Amino acid sequence: MRYNQQSIPSIDKIMLQGINLACVRGDRELFRDVNFSLEAGGLMQVRGPNGSGKTSLLRMLCGLSNPAAGEIRWSGTSIRALDGEYYGAMTYIGHLSGTKDDLTVIENLRISSALAGFDIGVDQAKDALGHIGLRGREALPVKVLSQGQRRRVALARLLVCKTPLWILDEPLVALDVAAVKLIQELLEQHLREGGMVVMTTHQEIDITATSTTQLHLA
Amino acid sequence: MFMWIIKRDLLLAVRRQADVLTTLFFFIIVVSLFPLSVGPEMNMLRTMAPGVVWVAALLASMLSLGRMFSNDYLDGTLEQMLLSPQSLSLLVLGKAAAHWLVTGVPLVLMAPVLGIQYDLPGEALLVLTAALLLGTPVLSLIGAIGAALTLGLRGGGVLVSLLVLPLYIPVLIFGAGAVEANMSGMEFDAHLSLIGAFLLVSVVFAPWAAASALRVSLE
Repeated sequence: MRYNQQSIPSIDKIMLQGINLACVRGDRELFRDVNFSLEAGGLMQVRGPNGSGKTSLLRMLCGLSNPAAGEIRWSGTSIRALDGEYYGAMTYIGHLSGTKDDLTVIENLRISSALAGFDIGVDQAKDALGHIGLRGREALPVKVLSQGQRRRVALARLLVCKTPLWILDEPLVALDVAAVKLIQELLEQHLREGGMVVMTTHQEIDITATSTTQLHLA
Repeated sequence: MFMWIIKRDLLLAVRRQADVLTTLFFFIIVVSLFPLSVGPEMNMLRTMAPGVVWVAALLASMLSLGRMFSNDYLDGTLEQMLLSPQSLSLLVLGKAAAHWLVTGVPLVLMAPVLGIQYDLPGEALLVLTAALLLGTPVLSLIGAIGAALTLGLRGGGVLVSLLVLPLYIPVLIFGAGAVEANMSGMEFDAHLSLIGAFLLVSVVFAPWAAASALRVSLE
């Protein structure tokens, strides 16, 4: 059951592809015929007004919900068929921080990384937390942290979970200027190393990538 | 992985002891109310003891079912579990195991002490404890299915009782039956074997069913 590093396809071939995706919420169609493809080193920014289905699209991309029509492929194979293998290649950070209030910052990071298949030691977790600006707060329970700090705890996962695809839903919400810059650098480094990022944000942020796709949802 | 989930849930239980203690005290109080209200009629107390203890155990284990997934659902950790490359069934099995360690084991340990109130003979106390030891994990496992199905629903607490209590009935019948058989001088092995069989079946099927229910609930 343990996640196997070798099961990820080699990084230069992988591609995320959406084919004729449609999303229906209740009896309202949010979007239809959404097509995109993403190559190694590619960034896709999903834009659109509130309620246009950005989060729904991202939840589809990470396999939490099924598209009403169409298919999502990871290196040519439907993500439904890949299941665990796809989850091992992807990190999703959504609106909810995915942290437990009663656990300390370091416990949260270690447990969420272990869940994602990356068993990290105390030192590695401390390094990551230090890098993301939480040095000295490792032993505090998450419930005493501010919104921005909680966000940082969630984003610290990006430093330790080395997956090729990152799907980030509004990662910059509640972050201060310094943290936004830090995340921007982190994303650029990930893209330089051949990773892929799919993200939504309402903030203007300039990320350098070999290929940038803008996906507008009406 | 399985151990990580158990460790995490136990750690959370230690940080939030109120949740554990409410279940245990509910069990203690319900079981103690009967001798107080029925009066010191030894024969009657002895006959009703197995049934009362088992019904109280069912209700106590149900009391905490709502929290099994709902806290993780609200803070987004459940989402992360669904996206884990590990098998979700195994994670659910871990959560059910942690639920049993936190709510089931204290009941099993407490039962022989409470049984004294009913003037149960020593051997019957042992059988009662053995039956609870085998039966309470079944309650956590079946409960996981109910908790997963009612996740995120309004009034899910009542619904989970309606879904899960009927499924608890076989365990209740054979659990209480084992003690009654022992007290009337009959063999009780068959009852315990049947509860053991329920346990094996639910270890195999309940995590899988609950995992499927979770995927539907989170969509």
